[in-house]
Amino acid sequence: MSEELHEIRLRVNGAEHTATVPARRLLSDCLRQDLGLTGTHVGCEHGVCGACTVRVDGRPTRSCLMFAVSAQGHEITTVEGLAEPDGTLHPVQRAFRECHGLQCGFCTPGFLTVVSAYLEDNPDPTEEEAREAVGGNLCRCTGYQNIVKAVLRAAEIRREEAAAAPGGERAAGAGERR
Amino acid sequence: MKPPPFAYHAPTTLAEALDALADVGTDGKVLAGGQSLIPLLNMRLAAPGHLVDVNGVAGLDHVSVDASGVRVGALARHADVEADDDAAAAVPLLRQGLRLVAHPVIRNRGTTVGSLAHADPSAEMTAALALLGGSVTAASTAGRRTISAADFFVGPLESSLRTGELLVDAHFPRPPAGSGTAFTELARRHGDYAMCGVAALVTLDDDLRVTAARAAYLSVAPVPLVLDLTEAVAGRTPDTADFDAAGRLVRGRLDPEGDIHATAEYRAHLAEVLTARALREAAGNAVRR
Repeated sequence: MSEELHEIRLRVNGAEHTATVPARRLLSDCLRQDLGLTGTHVGCEHGVCGACTVRVDGRPTRSCLMFAVSAQGHEITTVEGLAEPDGTLHPVQRAFRECHGLQCGFCTPGFLTVVSAYLEDNPDPTEEEAREAVGGNLCRCTGYQNIVKAVLRAAEIRREEAAAAPGGERAAGAGERR
Repeated sequence: MKPPPFAYHAPTTLAEALDALADVGTDGKVLAGGQSLIPLLNMRLAAPGHLVDVNGVAGLDHVSVDASGVRVGALARHADVEADDDAAAAVPLLRQGLRLVAHPVIRNRGTTVGSLAHADPSAEMTAALALLGGSVTAASTAGRRTISAADFFVGPLESSLRTGELLVDAHFPRPPAGSGTAFTELARRHGDYAMCGVAALVTLDDDLRVTAARAAYLSVAPVPLVLDLTEAVAGRTPDTADFDAAGRLVRGRLDPEGDIHATAEYRAHLAEVLTARALREAAGNAVRR
């Protein structure tokens, strides 16, 4: 029995993509295999590790717990979509680099997508809140100390940039690129 | 770790969804948030022939509050219910329990009503619905019916939902005047299923004396078990009530099963300790309300 295929259109990082997939194709596999966006990493495939986290309409979501066919009509942001078009890294990416918030890098895309969303809603977290924010992501290098530092540093970078921007009183979080 | 093949249905109206469910019968499953169903598929613990994806059905994502309580639509995500200030004011137990449901990222996608339909006795929302004496609405091509929490949860992962029925909403009643609630649990790791969890409701009279004390339990019984513990603390104020005695009372009324996460004895011990803790906190919240 050949499996029924679906023609789907996905909007990922602002670009339209099409793919032909069976209904059971996980969004994580579709991103990696059909669209070639291998920045999204696949770890446990049952929603525990957080490595495959992408943003769906801005909200961090496990791409291994969503079917590609269900993602149509939504705005998907993967780790590839965090940096500016000119290559300037997202504040969270810069903070992870500065603070050595990654070792092997496998879990990093999930942390980056989660933290980028978290700081838009919580621009000035305490260390405890930062830990809670990344509580659903596993780092098997166990580099959590520097990851927490990176979350706090990213918040600092966002505030600095908001203050330096023209009309600098604009709060970090407002006028965000989603 | 890939799901088995299935035929995919994506209705956009409730009528279409109910028709699809009627057509596929026992070989179909409803896909809402998928945060429990998709892991089961990925691990090949379930292999339904058809999935009816209701995410595109309009008009099911409401969280509405009225004098009777909070009504949650089938597509309201845990995160939306948790963030709703009116819902939290009317039924504080909702937010108290939702912050313990897995991790925020799971709550972004998972639905509160889907969690009830899944009927996992380790799930916080099943205990919240049971403790408050809430109900759910099931719809099918044959019509609608309301099912009380007491009749809905039948066994582990088993509800009284019939083939072809879709759970369209759940109603969490406001607790009685003078009541406070609390939710506490213990898990091996942050965000894991609790080894034991307790949701408590304490009602005080105008003199701040306990008139009712109930608790609902996670992970220690095949269904979300509700125990009336009023006898242990009735007539006392939150300061003088012996909540530890209420905890001891629970010990004799539970018969948990052990597994690799916790022995039966340890779960019973947790139930005792967490009962006292939850009741004390609920009584404190009743005073503040």
